[in-house]
Amino acid sequence: MSDCPPATCETCVSNRADLRRLGLRLGRWDYVVALAGNPNVGKSTVFNLLTGLRQHTGNWPGKTVARAEGAFDIDGKRYKLVDLPGTYSLLGTTPDEEVARDFLLFGRPDVTLVVADATCLERNFALLLQILQITGRVVLCLNLMDEARARGLDIDARGIARDLGIPVASTSARRGEGLDELLLALRDVATGAVAPRPRAREVLPPELQEPVDKLARRLRAAYPYLENPEWVGLRLLEGDARIAAALQNGEFEQPGHAAA
Amino acid sequence: MNRAPDILREAEELRWQLGPQFQDALASQVSREASELAARHVRASGTSRVAWQRRLDLLLTGRWTGIPAMALLFALVLWITIEGANIPSAWLASLLVDSGHSWLKTLANNIGLWPWLSGLLIDGMYLSCAWVVSVMLPPMTIFFPLFTLLEDFGYLPRVAFNLDRIFQKAGAHGKQALTMTMGLGCNAAGVVATRIIDSPRERLIAIITNNFSLCNGRWPTQILMATVFVGALAPPAFASIVAASSVFFVAVLGFVFALGSSWLLSRTLLKGQASSFSLELPPYRPPDILRTLYTSLIDRTLFVLWRAVVFAVPAGAVIWLIANVDAGGHSVAWWMATGLDPMAWIMGLTGVILVAYIVAIPANEIVVPSILMLTVLLTGNSVAGAAGAGVMFETEDHILHGLLTSAGWTTLTAVCLMLFSLLHNPCSTTLYTIYKETGSWRWTALSAALPLFLGFSVCSLVALVWRTLAVW
Repeated sequence: MSDCPPATCETCVSNRADLRRLGLRLGRWDYVVALAGNPNVGKSTVFNLLTGLRQHTGNWPGKTVARAEGAFDIDGKRYKLVDLPGTYSLLGTTPDEEVARDFLLFGRPDVTLVVADATCLERNFALLLQILQITGRVVLCLNLMDEARARGLDIDARGIARDLGIPVASTSARRGEGLDELLLALRDVATGAVAPRPRAREVLPPELQEPVDKLARRLRAAYPYLENPEWVGLRLLEGDARIAAALQNGEFEQPGHAAA
Repeated sequence: MNRAPDILREAEELRWQLGPQFQDALASQVSREASELAARHVRASGTSRVAWQRRLDLLLTGRWTGIPAMALLFALVLWITIEGANIPSAWLASLLVDSGHSWLKTLANNIGLWPWLSGLLIDGMYLSCAWVVSVMLPPMTIFFPLFTLLEDFGYLPRVAFNLDRIFQKAGAHGKQALTMTMGLGCNAAGVVATRIIDSPRERLIAIITNNFSLCNGRWPTQILMATVFVGALAPPAFASIVAASSVFFVAVLGFVFALGSSWLLSRTLLKGQASSFSLELPPYRPPDILRTLYTSLIDRTLFVLWRAVVFAVPAGAVIWLIANVDAGGHSVAWWMATGLDPMAWIMGLTGVILVAYIVAIPANEIVVPSILMLTVLLTGNSVAGAAGAGVMFETEDHILHGLLTSAGWTTLTAVCLMLFSLLHNPCSTTLYTIYKETGSWRWTALSAALPLFLGFSVCSLVALVWRTLAVW
């Protein structure tokens, strides 16, 4: 614990990251950040907050139909931000889910920023857990905290961070609250200051653990760059045609951004 | 060495050993863990301050109150737009059209510009721009922010919820209500928005019928005709309410045609069952009013206005040219208008209107300016004198009314123009968007032909009935 009084945290220099909004000026970038989440949780608002762009936001699910990209700069490092369509799962049964999943798998972002609606976390966690199966390099943004407060909800952000092993930032993106916390979390995961802790196996039902392990071992041997062999093994076990095709086309053979 | 086939074979074998239930087990494992996680870290302690939301939803999505409340809200938005656009429109018209035009003409005379060049630049390009700005800017400045406020508040999904059952009966997707409301802004945007519909069949229906949502380019035509002709039939105190009601009626008619066409398509070319879907009703969120005003002004109003101006400049030049280039004793425009007159008569319109619609294929926004310019140029009234009236929304002075009636217009012409403005081919931007989204010339052609056919039929029918009743 630090010695300074909690009230000074807001203005403390060591807690601040220096943000420059770069809008559409993508140019070269140091890190790629994917923005994922359920529909209508404020992803576009977070996107606008980080990039300074004015992508239209609206209060209805499905508003963002195209993948939007923007850029920002934290402490002199440039980040490309990719806004993915909102989905409830990553099983790939709808075009939206496929777009989001393909980007997480094959775009291999350095950080995946999962925006969650703090007023209905249970449903949002389902997607978060699925994303955590693919990548551990995740920052959770508990958005709409103002609304959660208005509903009388107490949310233990630290407890969630502890349980999942990922940084958690509480925000009200519409009012710009919690931006600093979010920037620090993004920076720490992107630069590797916080190590990812993949937990693909932990959500597996017991009877699946052995077969998934078996496939994962073989995948790891064949594709050393593969970040998430357990998840790929699981999808193969489920007969996912897209993943099987990716395997045969050699899409898993190149290193991702993180490795490059 | 490719080891993929081996691995795939092994996965196949393991799958057989596991049996069919493991996918369900997996899904329930994820949701179980999600709810455990939420239960551990979320505590409902204080009292909720959002009970009003449930009461509001009872009203806005209620079985008996939902649709009336929706109609009322929509009519209110239209009325505020018509009432509020009155004064700024007249002001802009007198500034840009009256003073601006005569000032430029004097300037051109003083520097000795060739008459044909000053005609092309000032009477053609400048005037059509000035008309577009004064006709479109005020209503769009009011309509778009109001609409965006409703959207940010969370009302749009409720519209889809209210209309879901009706769309289902028409064999269409409930989310089509959302894409249609997007179409109220711009049909091209509405067509892109149909991506939220997963089923290809229902998506095609939504694309083809999106044109029945009156887009921003057509609102000014509706508002102008309603104010100058329909509103004028009522006593002055009720004029704007009557005008707003008639525009509301046309918009609702568009909705009815969209449903009817969807029903027809889902029983002929695009047979199939309406798929079910789940749509989350988001919480009502108080919109950030200043930011909404700012973004809807910049992103929508100015964007749309800019597009209109870009199309109006060449269109103004074309109109001036066809009205001034002689061929065998008459201008090209005269020949076109006269040639189209018989068909136009059947539809209750005039040849000039059809010429204007041909000129305005690139953008609906320039229909009204084109009609006014053509009328002025062909009837030989002085441009400056009539120009000021071109955008007057105040019917007291009857100048525009007088100009158009002297060109042979009646209330029937105005009514048929309102109907034809609703029912005709989409603008070229929308057609191109439809082609890009469907990848098919045939669906694009159908999207243009269907409303055009309906427009011709409906206008002709109305004209026939109207004239028959008039004879009695």
